[in-house]
Amino acid sequence: MQRENKLLFKNGTVVDPERKDPQQGDVLVEDGKITSIGNIDADGFDGLVVDVTDKIVCPGLIDMHVHLREPGREDEETVETGAAAAMAGGFTSVCPMPNTDPCADSSEVIHYLKNRAKDLLVDVYPIAAVTKGRAGEQLTEMGDLVKTGAVAFSDDGDPVATAEVMRRAMEYSLMFDVPIIEHCEDKSLAKKGVMNESAVSTRLGLPGIPGLSEDIIVSRDILIAEFTGAKLHIAHISTARSVALVREAKKRGVRVTCEVMPHHFVLNDETISAYAPDYKMNPPLRTQADVEAMLEGLKDGTIDVIATDHAPHSVEEKEVEFLYAPFGIVGLETALGLVLKYLVEPGVLTLSQAIAKMTREPANILNLDRGTLKKAATASLTIFDSRATWEVDKARLKSKSKNTPFHGWEMQGSVFGLYNKGMWWLADREDG
Amino acid sequence: MDFNRKHLLGLEGFTREEISYILDTSESFKEVLSRQIPKVPTLRGKTIVNLFFEDSTRTRISFELAEKRLSADTVNFSASTSSVKKGETLRDTARNIEAMKIDMVVMRHAAAGAPLYLTQCVDAAIINAGDGQHEHPTQGLLDLMTLRTKFGSLDGVKVAIVGDISHSRVARSNIYGLQALGAEVGLCAPPTFLPYQAEQWNVEIFHNLDEALEWADALNVLRIQLERQEKGLFSTLREYHNLFGVTRERLERTGKDITILHPGPINRGVEIESELADSECSLILDQVTNGVAVRMAVLYLFSGLQKQAELKEKSK
Amino acid sequence: MSTEEKLTELVDAAGLKRTITRLAHEIIERNRGVENLVLLGVRSRGLPLAERINANILKIEGQSLPLGALDVTMYRDDVYQMIKQPQVQTTEIKFNIDGKTVVVVDDVLYTGRTVRAALDEIIDFGRPTAIQLAVLVDRGHRELPIRADYVGKSIPTALVEKVRVRVREVDDIDGVFLIKPGKEN
Repeated sequence: MQRENKLLFKNGTVVDPERKDPQQGDVLVEDGKITSIGNIDADGFDGLVVDVTDKIVCPGLIDMHVHLREPGREDEETVETGAAAAMAGGFTSVCPMPNTDPCADSSEVIHYLKNRAKDLLVDVYPIAAVTKGRAGEQLTEMGDLVKTGAVAFSDDGDPVATAEVMRRAMEYSLMFDVPIIEHCEDKSLAKKGVMNESAVSTRLGLPGIPGLSEDIIVSRDILIAEFTGAKLHIAHISTARSVALVREAKKRGVRVTCEVMPHHFVLNDETISAYAPDYKMNPPLRTQADVEAMLEGLKDGTIDVIATDHAPHSVEEKEVEFLYAPFGIVGLETALGLVLKYLVEPGVLTLSQAIAKMTREPANILNLDRGTLKKAATASLTIFDSRATWEVDKARLKSKSKNTPFHGWEMQGSVFGLYNKGMWWLADREDG
Repeated sequence: MDFNRKHLLGLEGFTREEISYILDTSESFKEVLSRQIPKVPTLRGKTIVNLFFEDSTRTRISFELAEKRLSADTVNFSASTSSVKKGETLRDTARNIEAMKIDMVVMRHAAAGAPLYLTQCVDAAIINAGDGQHEHPTQGLLDLMTLRTKFGSLDGVKVAIVGDISHSRVARSNIYGLQALGAEVGLCAPPTFLPYQAEQWNVEIFHNLDEALEWADALNVLRIQLERQEKGLFSTLREYHNLFGVTRERLERTGKDITILHPGPINRGVEIESELADSECSLILDQVTNGVAVRMAVLYLFSGLQKQAELKEKSK
Repeated sequence: MSTEEKLTELVDAAGLKRTITRLAHEIIERNRGVENLVLLGVRSRGLPLAERINANILKIEGQSLPLGALDVTMYRDDVYQMIKQPQVQTTEIKFNIDGKTVVVVDDVLYTGRTVRAALDEIIDFGRPTAIQLAVLVDRGHRELPIRADYVGKSIPTALVEKVRVRVREVDDIDGVFLIKPGKEN
């Protein structure tokens, strides 16, 4: 990794979410800003020239839903190891959720996180809690939190407990025009469920989390967003019905957006048949019909964002009975590969559409100065080879935790390098 | 026949031939139980650990008796799930078992899939003695043995399972086993006691006990877990008994001889009338005897397969 | 059987019948009648042989003996040395053997291990006055100090050979056969 103020990326395939098709060309970065895209003569250029022939050059990828476990569970992940995982996965920005210990409900914690990330290449944009201690009662000091750097509010891990509190939170958030990100799960229906309630859960004898528990909170919050006029972002959408609810709400003009995780458009609940805890996450893997609804929602634009819900857990915690294992899988390092293989390759999305859902869209939702290749924009770039393949090996993940269901899977697309915050990083080529 | 399963985790996927073979073998072991000295040296030198993470006096005693009747050395390990959760993980327990050179593990666990998980950690043969709400294969087998004795063949015999199907591992093992042997299965319960998409099993579903009785040749009456009442799955015991309690009067109304099974322990006067449980229609005590025989057969059949697989490898 | 062509008939159906008749006579003679005698046939082929001996006894003495079936699988010492788990069949002894003279009937006496298992099993059923052994063929090569009281045929064999008794009830044919190993072995 090196500091570079002047770089010329020569001969790349430039994917700008604003344009329908990729274009062949060069990207010039000066003083940390994009100054020119097109055919740029390298002769006489006194900065660093990087040959990116056959590589994709796009805005730095943003993962608007991760868990970095800091503060509190540094044994599972830290800002630093999480950032390393993000880089390996091609992300230049990540938004950690506030369910840490202590909870990110005060400007001290937000400040701490920003400070921990200041020398890293990766931008860390924290999401603060909606309520104190995510307990669903008292609103956090949103004004102070936004000033310190919080980009959104969420009680993720849990839904905002009651409709009343959600109404107040949304009303209050209007002052800052930041979104409330909701983990949609009616706890009274989900109870102690550990997987999707389906024919499979019935067969396996595992308590189910009905899709209904997600749909009910999605409905509730859409109605509250409609009523208040606030920005609502549905985290990790997973059911066909919820996608339909968001689709209808968008048509009515409700300010609602949503995100999907790669595992929810790649895997279905049949994969749990071996009771492997690496397939346990919340929301759970749903049915194939839901998976297809995710693809449809991505295609028609109902689903705005692809994020990962990167949720590191220690081996000790995860290597137990399925029933007792914690929810969550790591996702930063496999997201791009899954998007290319399961969305772009089969033509669900064009490369440019897929990139938009990992750059421009999250940036717009969170009001970030990122996700674009516009002239004079802050230079944040991800460069990858979309044709290269590699095999996921748990042991080689940069994340401190190894809980992935994709161990042994062949991934498409390998990260070549990242540029962010004035730093140029060339990915390790050890994987060949 | 070539019986080459290494573990008994559930009856799902078992063929008619495999189940018949286990039941035939069970009949042979049942004879041992009627002897003056009801003990054979078959498993001499084999060490079996009964790993019970959940209380179950009946199943554990039945297995223990079966093991002793076969001359195996047995070790009992009981631990409430909560204390295990606090301390040693299942993986640690498994490593200990491995180090103690145990041949077979009989396992009862509150978590569905725990026996499968154990097979990934140890070389010993694993016998599932009930995992969460998943399966209880030896209970299923003993029910099948009892019904087979009564009906000769189970082809076309209609068996209705009455009660909390949703939370019942016994129901699941029964469904798979009965269907493998050609029986028709009905489930009779309030909708709150039926698991999501129970129709995937190709079963008849009844919400009315009298209709189920009209249909059935035999009933397997499940125990009502009283704590379900608190969870709002049914209102009161009185209401449950009124709607789903099996009584002599209701049986007599059908004008048929209906055979009754119950995995025990019985809540007398709730899911079944006390007098009926002790009547000639009830095969409940046969189930208990058959339970030991079935478990002996299972222990015998699964005791040598690991070793035999190795021998097969060597002989190649 | 791949070595079918090496099969030699040692005793034919008629010979088998005569041998069984002689065994019946010997059992009666040795025990001076059939008082207190019971028969136990070892599964699979000892059982039909015991039934035939019993039929002969009925013809000679006008009464048949209590007859039971022994399955010694549960008592075998080689269950875990075998590639295939042997099938357990049912032992059926529906009479008391205390104070009786038990005649165990089996087809071939070889290492003596089956008889050892049978003796152990019988003892678990009670305390007979005496146990006697009747076999159709004694092929030698004993590994245990066991001998038969009644022998149909003594057939000296090589270790690599096999002796097969075939009975109608199980095999659709009566006779005793010697199997020599094929050249490919």
